[in-house]
Amino acid sequence: MDYIRTPKVEQVKLLDRFSNKFTSGTLYLTATHLLFIEASDNNAQEIWILHHHIASVEKLSLTTSGCPLLIQCRNFRVVQFVVPRERDCHDVYSSLLRLLRPVSFNHLYAFSYNPKQKEQQREEGWQLIDLASEFERMGVPCDHWQLTDANRGYKICETYPQDLYVPISASKPIIVGSSKFRSKGRFPVLSYFYQEKKAAVCRCSQPLSGFSARCLEDEHMLQAISKTNPNSRFMYVMDTRPKLNALANRAAGKGYENEDNYSNIRFQFVGIENIHVMRASLQKLLEVLGSRALSVTDYLLGLESSGWLRHVKAVLDAAMVLTKAVTVEGASVLVHCSDGWDRTAQVCSLGALLMDPYYRTLKGFMVLIEKDWISFGHKFADRCDQLDGDPKEVSPVFTQFLECVWQLTEQFPQAFQYNEWFLIQIHEHVHSCQYGNFLGNCQREREELQLKEKTHSLWPALLDDQSHYLNPFYCPGYAETHPVLEPSTLPFHFKLWRNLYHQFDRTMHPRQSVLNTVLALREKSQELESTARALQAKLQQLDFSSLPGDGNSIPRESDPLARPQSLILDAPLSRKEEQEEGEEAGERRGQGGLPGSGGERTVEGSSSSENGYSELQQPFAKQEPQLVSLELGVAKMTC
Amino acid sequence: MEFAELIKTPRVDNVVLHRPFMPTVEGTLCLTGHHLILSSRQDSTEELWLLHSNIDSIEKRFMGSLGTIIVKCKDLRIIQLDIPGMEECLNIASSIEALSTLDSVSLMYPFFYRPMFEVIEDGWNTFLPEHAFKQIETLTDEWRLSSVNKDFTVCPSYPPLVAVPKFIDDDTLRKVATFRHAGRFPVLSYYHKKNGMVMMRAGQPLTGTNGRRCKEDEKLINATLRAGKRGYIIDTRTINVAQQAKARGGGFEQEAHYPQWRRIHKAIERFGILQESLIKLVEACNDQSHNMDRWLSKLEASNWLTHVKEILTTACLAAQCIDREGASVLVHGTEGTDSTLQVTALAQIILDPGCRTIRGFQSLVEREWLQAGHQFQQRCAQSAFSNSKPRWEAPVFLLFLDCVWQILRQFPCSFQFNEHFLVLLFEHAYASQFGTFLGNNANERVKLKLPQKTVSLWSWVNRPQVEERFLNPLFEANSLVIWPSVAPQSLLLWEGVFLRWNRSSKCLDEAYEEMVHIIEYNKELQSKVNALRRQLAQLETEDGLLQTP
Repeated sequence: MDYIRTPKVEQVKLLDRFSNKFTSGTLYLTATHLLFIEASDNNAQEIWILHHHIASVEKLSLTTSGCPLLIQCRNFRVVQFVVPRERDCHDVYSSLLRLLRPVSFNHLYAFSYNPKQKEQQREEGWQLIDLASEFERMGVPCDHWQLTDANRGYKICETYPQDLYVPISASKPIIVGSSKFRSKGRFPVLSYFYQEKKAAVCRCSQPLSGFSARCLEDEHMLQAISKTNPNSRFMYVMDTRPKLNALANRAAGKGYENEDNYSNIRFQFVGIENIHVMRASLQKLLEVLGSRALSVTDYLLGLESSGWLRHVKAVLDAAMVLTKAVTVEGASVLVHCSDGWDRTAQVCSLGALLMDPYYRTLKGFMVLIEKDWISFGHKFADRCDQLDGDPKEVSPVFTQFLECVWQLTEQFPQAFQYNEWFLIQIHEHVHSCQYGNFLGNCQREREELQLKEKTHSLWPALLDDQSHYLNPFYCPGYAETHPVLEPSTLPFHFKLWRNLYHQFDRTMHPRQSVLNTVLALREKSQELESTARALQAKLQQLDFSSLPGDGNSIPRESDPLARPQSLILDAPLSRKEEQEEGEEAGERRGQGGLPGSGGERTVEGSSSSENGYSELQQPFAKQEPQLVSLELGVAKMTC
Repeated sequence: MEFAELIKTPRVDNVVLHRPFMPTVEGTLCLTGHHLILSSRQDSTEELWLLHSNIDSIEKRFMGSLGTIIVKCKDLRIIQLDIPGMEECLNIASSIEALSTLDSVSLMYPFFYRPMFEVIEDGWNTFLPEHAFKQIETLTDEWRLSSVNKDFTVCPSYPPLVAVPKFIDDDTLRKVATFRHAGRFPVLSYYHKKNGMVMMRAGQPLTGTNGRRCKEDEKLINATLRAGKRGYIIDTRTINVAQQAKARGGGFEQEAHYPQWRRIHKAIERFGILQESLIKLVEACNDQSHNMDRWLSKLEASNWLTHVKEILTTACLAAQCIDREGASVLVHGTEGTDSTLQVTALAQIILDPGCRTIRGFQSLVEREWLQAGHQFQQRCAQSAFSNSKPRWEAPVFLLFLDCVWQILRQFPCSFQFNEHFLVLLFEHAYASQFGTFLGNNANERVKLKLPQKTVSLWSWVNRPQVEERFLNPLFEANSLVIWPSVAPQSLLLWEGVFLRWNRSSKCLDEAYEEMVHIIEYNKELQSKVNALRRQLAQLETEDGLLQTP
C-alpha cells in the first residue's frame, strides 16, 4: 500500500513505561499491524499492534538518542519507541496517521481478515447466535407478547432491529404513534422477559414531551405493557439519567414521562452520567494510572477524582434497582435514557445478567451482547471510533459494562462460566475491527455493509478457544441455588480492573496466577483421566483374571473420584501454558546493577518493582494474532 | 485478686446476640474470669466464646428497660448484645470493662488455659536461637553465638544468645552496646547463602549532637565486610528525623567514621502515626454511607497503604543490596524494635524460600519479632476501637503481616501457608489463650516463666490436623528470590482482616473450597495413574516371564 513509506526501521528502542529501561529491536509496518521485534537471540519479545487499536500517535520532541514516538492504544497499551533517525520516525508517524483513521468501513481489518476457513464454516459462524430462539427461551411469544413486523424494512425506527417484541394489545397505530413521540423513533419494546413473575424489562428512548406535550398512543403503549403483567398493578419507568439532565432536555422538546399523564406508572431517575462524563472520567483514570513513580496518595486521590469507580457503581446500582423491581416486586420496568442506546443498554443487559443465570454462561453472554448491545443499536462505530469520526461521540460505555460484569465475577467467583480473559478478549475485539460483529452503529448499517457475507463472526472464534476463557471455579449448580445474584454495592467492593487497564504492564501483576494454575491443573486432570482409562483398558486386555484383588481400583465413570460435575470442560485444552519460573532469564534481561552514586534510591527507580523478574506466566488472552503472523509474516511484508 | 469480685452479674437470660452476616441468637449470657459466653442451649446453634482480652471497647445504649451493649473487638469484629433489664446491662458492661482491661499480665488467660490437646512438640523449644544458628554454622564459620547477654544486662531487649562476627569478643560487644540505643548492638539477622552476604540489625548509634564515635562499633560492623567491599546502612527514618534524633542523644553513622558504608534513609513512620493510621482505616471500612468518593478519600487519608508501600519498598531495597549488589546490610531505625524488624523480616521473606514455609515463617516470627524484642505486650494492648489515648500501641506487627499478605497475593504458589495463617497470627498477637505473644521481650518472658506456665501457640499450630487448615494448596516450592511489585496499583486492601466482618465471605470461601477440591482430585488421579502404571508394568514382566520358555 502506498501509505507505507518505510516498512522497516532498525535499532529502534522500546522504552519501558514505568522505568528507565528499554529494549532494542526492529520496527516493521505492515498493512494491518505495527510490529516490534526485539533484537535478541532467544525468547525475543514481539509486540503486535493492530492499526485499529491505535488511538493516538504522537511525535515527541527530539532527544539525543533519537526521535520518540508515543502510541496509545484502545486496549490500554501504551508504547514509546525511540527511532534513531528523525526522517524514519516521521515516515512511520505519517503512515500511521493515515492507516489508523480509515474513512470507509471497507478499509477495516474485518474485510481483509481471512482465517483460512471454509465459506460454509464462516456462514455457520454467523448462525451461532439466533435472537429469535433467545426470545423463545425467555418464553416469548406468549399470550401477552408477540413479534411485530412494524419495523420490517426499518420503516419506523432505523436504529432498531427488524424483529421486535411488543404487547399483543399494542396495535400498529399505537406503535407508530408511540414511535413518533420517542426520540429517534425508539419506542418501548421488550428487552427481557422474566417468566417466573411474567414481568417484562422494556427499553425505549426519551419521550418528546417538552414541557407539556403528550401522546395518547404512547400512553396506550405503556398501559399495554403494564397490562401484560398480571402480578403488578403498576409498572416502573426508570430514567437512567440524572434528573438535571432530563430537565434540561425538556427545553429541547424532549424530556421524561409525566406521571399524571400515564396511568399506573411509577417514575424514577437513577442518575447515570452521560457519555461525555464517562469519556472524561476514563481519560482521567488512564492519566493517573500512567504516571510514573505514582504514590499511593496520588493513586487513590486520582482514582477518586476520576470518578470512574463511582460511575461503575452507579451503573450497577441502577441494574440492582431494575432487578429488585422485577424479581422481588414482580413489576415490569421500562428503562430509558436519552436515545436509549447507551445507559439503557448497560442497565438492561446487567439487569438480565443478574436475573438470569443463562447470561453467566459463555454462550449466554454472547447472546446478551448480541441482543442488548448489537441488535438494539449501541453505536459501536461511533463509541469505539472505528472510522475517523466525531471525537465527541467516542465513549467507553461498553467497556464500562464489561467492567461491571468483572466486578460481579469478583463477588461471585462461582457464578460465571467465563473468566476475566473472556471479557478482556471481547473488549479487545470490539476495538480490533477484526470481526464483523461490532462494525457499524445499527443492524441496518450492518446489513448494508453485508457483514454476514464479507466478514467473520467473533463468537465461534471465542468458542473454539473456550478452554482459555473458562472459569475453573464455575459451579453450574449455582444457577439453581442463586438464580438471581444480589451483589453488594458497598464502595469497598469496587476495585480497579488491573488486568484490563494495565493489561500490558507486566510488572504490575502477580507473578503467579491462581487462575492459570488451576486451569492448568484441570487440563492435567483431564489428561490423567484419559490415561487412566487407557491403562485400565490395557490391563483388562492383558489379563483380566490375573488382577489380584488389590486396592487400586481403576477410575470408572461411577468412581467417586470422578467428581468434576462443576465444569463443562468438554473441549480439549489445546495449549499448555508455560509455567517456567525463570529468574535467571529475568536477571539477564533486567539488571543494570545499582547506580554507583547518590545516597537515596527508590525501589521503583532502580529495579525491584520492575525488577526484571521475568513474568512467570503469560496471560493467554494476550496471545498475538497467530493467523496474521503466519499469513503476512515479516517476509511477506507489504512495501 | 479474685475475678469474682469484678463480675457483678455472672448470668443473664434472654440476651439477643447480633453478629454481622449471621442469624441472631437468643440465649444466656455468662461472664467468667476470662470469657464472655453466650449460649442458646441448643445443640444446633453456635455459641459465642469471646476472650475478654479481645475486647477493645464497649458502648452502652438504652431503649426503655432494654439495654444494648456494642462490643468492639481487637480482631475488628463488632457484635451487639441486647440485654433485658437496665441494671443487668450496666452490671455486665462494667464487668466487661474491668475484665478486659486487667493490668497484670499474670492474670491473663494463658496462665489459666489448659490445652484440650496433647502437646506433642513443645513450641517453646521449637525455635531456640541455638537451633537457628546451627544452620548458619553449616554455611559459614565467620559468626559465633555470644552469650554476653545471658543475664540480660548488656541489652535488656535481646535474647540471651545472639550471633555476632567471630572475631569480635564480648568485651567489644559490651562497649558497642553503650553506643547503641537501649544497648542494641549490631547482631546477625540473616545470612544469604547464595553469596555469603549478611543483614544485621541494631538500635541507632548514640552520636548525639557532638558526633560521638565508637571505634568498637566501627570495628564490629566492618568485620562483616569482605575486603574492598562496601556495605549499606539502611536507616528506616528520613534524614530529617534522624538529624532530630541527635538532640535526644541518638543519631546516625557519620560518613567520615564509616567510610566503607553507604547510608540510605527511608521513610517508615514511627509507631504512634501507624496507630492513628489503623484507627482511620478501620473507621473508613466501617463507614456505611455507600458513597464511593468518601470511601476512596477516607482510604487515602488513612495512609495505611502508603505505610505498606514504604515498608515493602525498604524491604525490597535491603534484599536488593544483598542479592543484586552482593553487599552486606545493617538496618536500624531509632530503637530497632519496630520498623527495623519489619524490614529485616520482610527482606527474608523475599530472599529466603525457607521463610515461606509454615515452619520457616514461625521461626522467622520467633527470631525477628519475639526474640528480637518487639514489644508485643505494649504494641498490641489496644487495637483500632480503643477509647483511651494510645500510649505505646501500634499495629507494627499487623503491618508486617499485611506486607506478607501482599507478597502472598503476588506469588500465590510460593508460600506453604495461606492467608488464614496470617490472620491467625494477627488475632493471637492481640488476644490469645497461648502465651507466645505475652511480654515485651525474652527477658520478660523468662521472668513471667511463660514456657513453664503457658502453652505456646506453635504447640497447637504444629499438630498435623491443625496445621492442615493453614496450608496453601497451591504451594510448590520455589527456591527463587521473589520480588514483589510495590506500585500502588499492585497493592490491595487486606480484605481478610479489614473487611472480614463487613462483607459476607461465603462465596469466596466456597470458591476456595472448590479450588482445594480441584487440586486434591488432581493429586488423587495422579496417584491412581501411577498405581495403574505399576500394575501394568508388573503384569507385563510376568507375561514376559510366562512367554519365555
